[in-house]
Amino acid sequence: MSLFRTILFVAALAGIGTGVVVAAIHLFTTVPLIVQAETFEGSAPEEAVSHEHAPGTAAHEHSHDGEEWAPADGIERNGLTVLFTVLTGFGFALLLVAASELTGGLTGWRQGLLWGLAGFAAFTLAPGLGLPPELPAMPAADVAARQMWWIGTAAATAAGLALVVFGRSPLLAVLGIALILAPQLIGAPQPDSYETPIPEALHHSFVVASVTVSLIFWVLLGGLAGWLRPRFAAHGA
Amino acid sequence: MNNPHSRTTAASSQSVAARAIPITLAALLGIFVVGGVGFSQIGPMHNATHDVRHAAAFPCH
Repeated sequence: MSLFRTILFVAALAGIGTGVVVAAIHLFTTVPLIVQAETFEGSAPEEAVSHEHAPGTAAHEHSHDGEEWAPADGIERNGLTVLFTVLTGFGFALLLVAASELTGGLTGWRQGLLWGLAGFAAFTLAPGLGLPPELPAMPAADVAARQMWWIGTAAATAAGLALVVFGRSPLLAVLGIALILAPQLIGAPQPDSYETPIPEALHHSFVVASVTVSLIFWVLLGGLAGWLRPRFAAHGA
Repeated sequence: MNNPHSRTTAASSQSVAARAIPITLAALLGIFVVGGVGFSQIGPMHNATHDVRHAAAFPCH
């Protein structure tokens, strides 16, 4: 199981390192915009729970009776944001490093960086075309349908990129491009109405911040993983 | 140094099948972790990860 251990260690270090840095950036960029958007919800802003739904959006399993635990604003809420950003880093690092092992393993930071850019394309750009980063108080289609489309789009884009890069014939490259295009042609589930109390400028700032921070996340994650991988492998099985 | 194993930088000397299992396990663990943070619909879990889900553009509500 030495390969498993290598993947685990590289992913843990790259994920934790990236997560801590990116969480700090989030706390100064995207999080204040999320908190600002919550003031438009017409409910108690300090409650991250009671997200009102615009008419025409599907209900889901939120209990709005206020009995559900939610973190208190400040240290608790932001501490959890740091913790889960680190966990997200670890999870995505596992996927990135595992996928790269299929091609023999990352050889250095530059190659890792390219894998990171591929991750950015598959997990941020492609899903974000149909489902841009959303703020609280924004209308959206049924959450389960959006999650399905998001996962399918990320998977198809990743597979398509792999076919383009590692496929050995023009036909496979064409198939790869088709896979990347397909989810966008199918289209993401959209809300019945786009009416929202959120100012256009606030949402625009949030989209830019979210995508930019995501790029930093993927570049760091890939670069770190690529830098670490040979060092771990060299230490032997 | 006098180890019988050839220690090239990659473990690619192993058979594909031997590598497929740990790679698959690691990927599944990754899916589990990302899924838990970004896609869990359990109330308190969703509330705890709320800001991360919005910031990282996972579908949230």
